[in-house]
Amino acid sequence: MLTAFAILTDGLVYAAYLFLVAVGLTLIFGVMKILNVTHGSFYAFGAYGAATAVGIYFERGLPAAGGFLFMILVAMAIGLVLGVILERGILRFVYGKDEVVIVLVTYATFLMLEDVIALIWGRQSYAAWQPMVAAGSVEIGDLVLSNYDIVLVALAAGVAMGGYWALKYTRYGRLLTAVIFDRETAAAFGVNVTVVYTVTFIIGAMLGALGGAVMAPKISVTLGIGVEVIVLAFAVVVTGGLGSIEGALTGALIVGLCRAAAVHLVPQIELFVIYAVMALVLVFRPYGLFTQAQPRKI
Amino acid sequence: MWSRQNIAGALAFAALAVAAPFLPSWLVSLATIAFANGLVVLGLVILWRAGLVPFGQALFYAAGAYTVALMSRYTGLRDVFVLVAAGALAAGLVAFLIGLLLARYRDIFFAMLSLAMSMILYGVLVKTETLGSTDGFHVETGTFLGYAPRGAALGLALFWLVLGTCGFAALLIATYFVSIAGVLAAPVRDNEIRVEFLGLSVDRLIHLKVVISGVLAGLGGALAALAVAHVDPNMAYWTTSGGFVFVTILAGAGSVAAAFVGSFVFELARSIAIDFFPGTWQIILGGALLLTILFLPEGLGSLAGRLRRVPEKAS
Repeated sequence: MLTAFAILTDGLVYAAYLFLVAVGLTLIFGVMKILNVTHGSFYAFGAYGAATAVGIYFERGLPAAGGFLFMILVAMAIGLVLGVILERGILRFVYGKDEVVIVLVTYATFLMLEDVIALIWGRQSYAAWQPMVAAGSVEIGDLVLSNYDIVLVALAAGVAMGGYWALKYTRYGRLLTAVIFDRETAAAFGVNVTVVYTVTFIIGAMLGALGGAVMAPKISVTLGIGVEVIVLAFAVVVTGGLGSIEGALTGALIVGLCRAAAVHLVPQIELFVIYAVMALVLVFRPYGLFTQAQPRKI
Repeated sequence: MWSRQNIAGALAFAALAVAAPFLPSWLVSLATIAFANGLVVLGLVILWRAGLVPFGQALFYAAGAYTVALMSRYTGLRDVFVLVAAGALAAGLVAFLIGLLLARYRDIFFAMLSLAMSMILYGVLVKTETLGSTDGFHVETGTFLGYAPRGAALGLALFWLVLGTCGFAALLIATYFVSIAGVLAAPVRDNEIRVEFLGLSVDRLIHLKVVISGVLAGLGGALAALAVAHVDPNMAYWTTSGGFVFVTILAGAGSVAAAFVGSFVFELARSIAIDFFPGTWQIILGGALLLTILFLPEGLGSLAGRLRRVPEKAS
């Protein structure tokens, strides 16, 4: 019973983390049809930025709650700047090329940003444990839950609901839905697709940095964290179906719970269970759980 | 079979083989790895011609490498020809099985599913103590039909082995490219439904391509394992696959030679960059890839074609 409960809570926390990382990726793919490898760099930049921000903030001994907000704000500001530079500086020149070629373009920028991180922050690792410790923990029965993890789950739920609401009920969300559905028709009806692309990419970048920021207190921020997270995020969004928020949410829950179950029951298969789930889903639903099959063009 | 390019290619390989004893040993060992990896790139070229980019080709690379390493560790077999053949065969078998599934996918999904497969192998390798876990393990020195060289002679023998394998593979693949199944790659990329209307099964064509590229990657991995004398799970990690794709795009899918020249230039540039710009070599690599995609979408191999075409126009 305790194990089942532990799997459930661990799975939920891990799913929240996966969702926060994957939602920006799926948003950019849904609107722009770009599978963005650079998302791993956004994550890494967010984590480094948050670690630096936490270091500066807690050194001054200011109230802990503000530290959490400050860390997120700094990371998202970094995401904003990176998003603008990449979209305006590089990506807009390759729109219209093959999807796979654009993946390679983002792979190239990912490689470059890996070195940029090393140039800015050096090769040592950073710890940003203060918010995690300041948050404390609660005990439910025999199980100790960190308050920080609870906040993480709430944040993920908030982002999911906020994203859903924004897409369905705001003007910009409706325009976005039109572009997702048919870019050319939307453009013919006067939607400024160029602006929609830029704004979407920036929001995606900020979400990626947010994912990195909230994870920074839980991990050791070091070189190469973007490399690991990018394949993980791919697995999540492909499982759920590329380009839909519901898909990312379902994918994150499935992958999170499966991994938590593996960690508690058969730790040897922890690493590959994620990809096995993805492969299994793709065998039966070739385009993921939430995507409709596309008609083929003759 | 005896076209002008093939004879020129054979002469180039023969010239390299003759020149090898007079080259510095660091260059020979660099070329050994570069040509072994060139085989993997050649396999990617086959798929890239049909518009497919797998992000998990390292799966077959690692399958070939680990087959060699495990056989040399747990059986008495030391002969490199047997080991390399076994590595290629094992990778081919894996490619055949995975190909049954992979051949149904295109574009991003082909890339992602192949990535997932390679990450599954990576996960298994990292977590299995008997397979060396994250450290990998040492590969015993091989013998060449009873001949057991040591030191510099071993390096040369390995280079000749790699060169011979590459020459043989290059000839076969050049023949494949002009065969019907090979020529159909471009129509499959452009519009596969029309190919189906011709009465051909695109899935089976792609399955064949996956198997051929898997065998080539297995060969490359087997040779690399012998050349480095070590295997580790990073051989199956997605960054390894990314590196191969990188070279493929840089070299272009124009010809068989481009795969080997591209792989050699890449290894050379990488070792120079790591020596002289250790902190920024990924910026250089990424920049080169970006510039290639933007200004030379057919790859560096197309430069040779352009130079050749100019005098024709003038005359």
